[in-house]
Amino acid sequence: MVRVDGSDVDGSLIRVRNLDKTYRRGSEEIHVLQGLNLDVGAGEFVAFMGPSGSGKTTLLNLLGGLDTPSAGSIRVGEDTVTAMSGRRLTGWRARHVGFVFQMYNLIPVLTAFQNVELPLLLTNLSRAERRRHVETALSLMGLSDRMKHYPRQLSGGQEQRVAIARAIVADPTFLLCDEPTGDLDRKSADEILGLISALVSEHGKTVLMVTHDPRAAEWANVILHLEKGALVDSPQGNAGS
Amino acid sequence: MKYLPLIVRNLFRKKTRAFLTLGSIAVALFLFGLLVTVETALSQGVEVAGADRLVVINRVSLIQPLPIAYRDRLLQIPGVTAVTYASWFGGVYQDERNFFPQFAIDPESFLKMYPEYSVPPAQWKTFLGDREGCVVGQATAKRFGWKVGDRIPLRGTIFPGTWEFNLDGIYTGKRPDDDTTQFWFHRKYLEERGPEWFKGYVGWYVVRVDNPDHAVDVVKAIDARFANSAWETHTDTEKAFAASFAKQIGNIRFIILSIGGVVFFTLLLVTGNTMAMAVRERIGELAVLKTVGFTDAGVLGLVLAEALTLALLGGVIGLGLAKAFTLSGDPTGGLLPIFYLAPWKMALGLLLAAMVGVLSGIVPAVTAMRLKIVDALRRV
Ligand SMILES: Nc1ncnc2c1ncn2[C@@H]1O[C@H](COP(=O)(O)OP(=O)(O)OP(=O)(O)O)[C@@H](O)[C@H]1O
Ligand SMILES: [Mg+2]
Repeated sequence: MVRVDGSDVDGSLIRVRNLDKTYRRGSEEIHVLQGLNLDVGAGEFVAFMGPSGSGKTTLLNLLGGLDTPSAGSIRVGEDTVTAMSGRRLTGWRARHVGFVFQMYNLIPVLTAFQNVELPLLLTNLSRAERRRHVETALSLMGLSDRMKHYPRQLSGGQEQRVAIARAIVADPTFLLCDEPTGDLDRKSADEILGLISALVSEHGKTVLMVTHDPRAAEWANVILHLEKGALVDSPQGNAGS
Repeated sequence: MKYLPLIVRNLFRKKTRAFLTLGSIAVALFLFGLLVTVETALSQGVEVAGADRLVVINRVSLIQPLPIAYRDRLLQIPGVTAVTYASWFGGVYQDERNFFPQFAIDPESFLKMYPEYSVPPAQWKTFLGDREGCVVGQATAKRFGWKVGDRIPLRGTIFPGTWEFNLDGIYTGKRPDDDTTQFWFHRKYLEERGPEWFKGYVGWYVVRVDNPDHAVDVVKAIDARFANSAWETHTDTEKAFAASFAKQIGNIRFIILSIGGVVFFTLLLVTGNTMAMAVRERIGELAVLKTVGFTDAGVLGLVLAEALTLALLGGVIGLGLAKAFTLSGDPTGGLLPIFYLAPWKMALGLLLAAMVGVLSGIVPAVTAMRLKIVDALRRV
């Protein structure tokens, strides 16, 4: 279930209402998001498309609690993200959100294993439990034999798979991916998208992904477009699935 | 502890820079270690001075003697529980540069007055029965390679002639910073062989008081007792004497503090610069840490821990080298009464290193803490 009209429906995991984001540059105000509504049910794979500068990254940052909106509200499950700040928001993010960025953003001095372990260091898990979770996440990404490799010893596609393993290792409520294949060739991109879509279909994850690439967007079960600060159903019209 | 790999890896990310900074810290703390060792050596007497001991000298100057008859009169003064005496010999062993202090003593009362020194009983017994015997501290024995049984010639400067002594014993200090450079021999021998003008005299007296709290009263009583006599006295606590000696050498503490201050400040700049660079080139990664759930305080802690690790590591290396250096012996060849780097002074050095770590890390750490994720991610 994915809707953008703001009417109250049952069963939404993520519920965004009248979201505004305004940046100030000197005396000039840039209204990036204006009255944006969104409902996403659990287990959906949503792609956001839109021209450069339309506010896709801004929206994702707001959904992930990395940034605060100028107005409006975001609820995820029982939590009102927009009412949280500081330590509580950080804690919520660690528990519920997995991030995947275009530039992988791995820590170069840590091995693949240690990179994936990072979010677990903040939990109470024992060393052995952490090891088990990390190994599971990496093997889901087909990287069991690359655990001791450093990022520079991996290909771009492998680096991104490590980043995805890191995003899912703490079993978050949903994944936010900002152009996860933007820096990859077609083959690696398809591999990554296949893995993400398997996370949705086989493991019931909820994924929200920004992409420029229509072929990448095809992997999602819903494509939404950012236009004039709000989301609209894709012209192909398969919203509400 | 589980963050240790992250901290250590980050530290050595730029190896050359890390080792240069580490080297600076190590060199600075090595220097610190040596300076405090020398300072301890020069002010040695002050710290080990017995709180219940007074020194009585001739009021005119230290080199003017006092009559031996004062011994019994000192014992009569209320508050005085023991008395011993000694005289400065001022002999030269082979060469003027081979300086060490030599005292003509009254053996029984002397050793009782200084319980911090110990001599093997058998050696002491030999010494008591040997008119030409002597006992030296282990530092001096080691310096000249002397063994018990050696015959040691000293050329007298105050008391003319060549004096030969039998080395009957070697004394040790009970504490590491006790002076073991002294050379003791019988006052009786000096009395017999020495010049006519010194017969019946001693260099100075050392007096034990029944209670350190009475020291001031006893000092007054002694000097009053001998006022208006031919040999007026000047009495003071052993500590005060040692301190006035140390002052004559120069204001060592001031010099050490000045050097230390400059080094400390330079170190702050060096380490601070390293940490600032480390944070600046890692903005994106710090943002990632925050994204996956590290709190602002957590990131602050990580950066501080990194600075602290760097400083402490450098400190341990520098102080360890300084300790090793002091263990390898006094570079002046025995001129210093002691050459010892006390554990608590090493701890002080480590504390100083830790301060450098925290102070140099605080600004970069706060920068990292304040970092906003969205801004940082846009920059990469
Ligand atoms: N911190 C900021 N201060 C001012 N303006 C900003 C700031 N962050 C983003 N913007 C502006 O907001 C608009 C949306 O930016 P955003 O990064 O969300 O776009 P995007 O859709 O992700 O673009 P792209 O496809 O190029 O990644 C842009 O015009 C951008 O310049
Ligand atoms: Mg973007």
